[in-house]
Amino acid sequence: MAGVSRARRVRWLAVPLLLGAALPALGQVNLVGHWTGQYHEDQPDRLPGPELGDYGGLPINAAARMRAEAWSASILSLPLYQCRVHPVDYASSFAEIRIWEDVNPTTQELIAIHVQHFAWNTVRTIWMDGREHPPEYAQHHAMGFSTGEFVGQTLRVRTTHLKEGWLRRNGVPRSWNGTLTEHFTRHGDILTWHVYVDDPAYLEEPFFRNRDYTYDAEGRMGPYPCESVIETVFPKGYFPHYLPGQNAFLVEYSQKHGIPYEATRGGAATMYPEYRKVIAALPRPEARAQ
Amino acid sequence: MTPARAARLLSLPVLGCAGLLSAVHAAAQAERNFDEVEIHTLHVRDDIYMLVGAGGNITVQLGDDGVLLVDAQFAPLAPKIIAAIARLSSKPIRYIVDTHYHADHIGGNANLRLAGNTVTGGNMPGAVPYAEGGGAQVIAHENVLLRLSGTLGTDAEVPTGLWPTNTFFDAEKRLFYNGEGIRIIHVPAAHTDGDVLVYFRHSDVVSTGDVFSTTGWPVIDLEAGGTYQGLLDALDAVVDLIIPVYGQDGGTLVVPGHGRLSGLGDVLDYREMVIVIRDRLRSMIDAGMTLEEIKAARPAMDYEPVYGTSTSFWTTDEFLEAAYKSLSEQQ
Repeated sequence: MAGVSRARRVRWLAVPLLLGAALPALGQVNLVGHWTGQYHEDQPDRLPGPELGDYGGLPINAAARMRAEAWSASILSLPLYQCRVHPVDYASSFAEIRIWEDVNPTTQELIAIHVQHFAWNTVRTIWMDGREHPPEYAQHHAMGFSTGEFVGQTLRVRTTHLKEGWLRRNGVPRSWNGTLTEHFTRHGDILTWHVYVDDPAYLEEPFFRNRDYTYDAEGRMGPYPCESVIETVFPKGYFPHYLPGQNAFLVEYSQKHGIPYEATRGGAATMYPEYRKVIAALPRPEARAQ
Repeated sequence: MTPARAARLLSLPVLGCAGLLSAVHAAAQAERNFDEVEIHTLHVRDDIYMLVGAGGNITVQLGDDGVLLVDAQFAPLAPKIIAAIARLSSKPIRYIVDTHYHADHIGGNANLRLAGNTVTGGNMPGAVPYAEGGGAQVIAHENVLLRLSGTLGTDAEVPTGLWPTNTFFDAEKRLFYNGEGIRIIHVPAAHTDGDVLVYFRHSDVVSTGDVFSTTGWPVIDLEAGGTYQGLLDALDAVVDLIIPVYGQDGGTLVVPGHGRLSGLGDVLDYREMVIVIRDRLRSMIDAGMTLEEIKAARPAMDYEPVYGTSTSFWTTDEFLEAAYKSLSEQQ
């Protein structure tokens, strides 16, 4: 460094420090790519769809149960409900996803991470630039409003401003008061997604769901068109639902699988292994029928 | 007018309250310090904004012709509302559209109107009061004027400065203002008997007044001509105006009477609740259940965590009582 002044040496030393400041944070993992779902996980729930009246393992309260028991599958024949997209806390559990990033090309700072779901081709944005969540009077969306940060090797996401959605596709509601905490963790070619759903309106305890995906270098996502049509002529203002005590389908799941009816009603207790002892003491559907 | 109703109205002369529900709501609001209320501005789309403070949401339409407001919140907030509008536009307020006659929506009429003006000329000066420095025009359904003037119903007359200056009595009034068509649609016998929807055709935004809210049960002001089925019909009218984008996360936007900016999904969820509870109440009424028996059975329990309250304005019991009475009369 002969001939180089002390001040100039300081400047040269500062260059790598400045470059480092603009680079992605240490531990930031690249999640970009096409990820294929592992459909053996909760397969009956995801492909055939859940059975009517099966709320087992969901930490729902009495209000959510009452709502679910009033739900009629005929709702899906109403034009205004045919193309309703899966809410963000359900969409990722449904099928493949594609992830890409918005990066400032000059500073290389990560602005946002986008996730597209195969189901209805919905796209969510996870803001990584430190912005605040909107005020409470701002619009809610099926994808909500998400901000994220890397915690070690994991992307942690907080989501607010959700529209009303569902925990299970048989009428179990999640309210627009719900908020989400998600984690995306990459282990090589495996991506694990966890979501904690916190809903003071309809849950006794936070609901937890996770899914695994496999990296697919040749993956391509197909379109998912949906056009509402009139399948049945209903009177104006018609909305199908069951009055309390009149939904005869609620017992089908219990009777078909020989599961005590009480165990199909959900509630926080049904999430835990100890509940097996409770089930063992409950009457089987046959005994109930007798 | 019942003594209790009269007492509530007389206790709020400054606000010029109208309507029992409005008076009760206004009483709750009067207890709060309006000095602490901030007016928040939310961009809705294009030149449409939503002002959130205390009372009903205000919709603001801006343009070269001036400023049009839908609703006016409470009188003490007028200076803050005027300041919020001034940050958006230097143009004067030309029109205020009242969605109905309750104080939390029309309380600011007088002050906001006088902060603006009406374009006059030709044979208008001398022929109409608002053309003589009387400020902006206040448009409303005729029943709003009839109720505020004490002509219809049992409410006392309120100061004339709060009255609409431009009323209509048929199904719809149309304006073309700031480059877009505006439909002011009367939805009869809903929240009250003077409710209107205001639909901005180019901006594709509809302001609903209190026929739609995201913050509580539907309020049916029976004494002001509101009915349960009329409110449901009004929600259908809102749905009919909406064309959503794919996935229902865009398209027509909805400014509710209270609560957050909304879209089709929010209105459908609310309408679903109104239908489901109506059907349950009807079946209970048909079965001969009394109001007390119905309340004890909690027919709205599944929606209580989202819309219910037992302490503040329009409790679950008050909602069920009004719904029961309205639906019983229609049976």
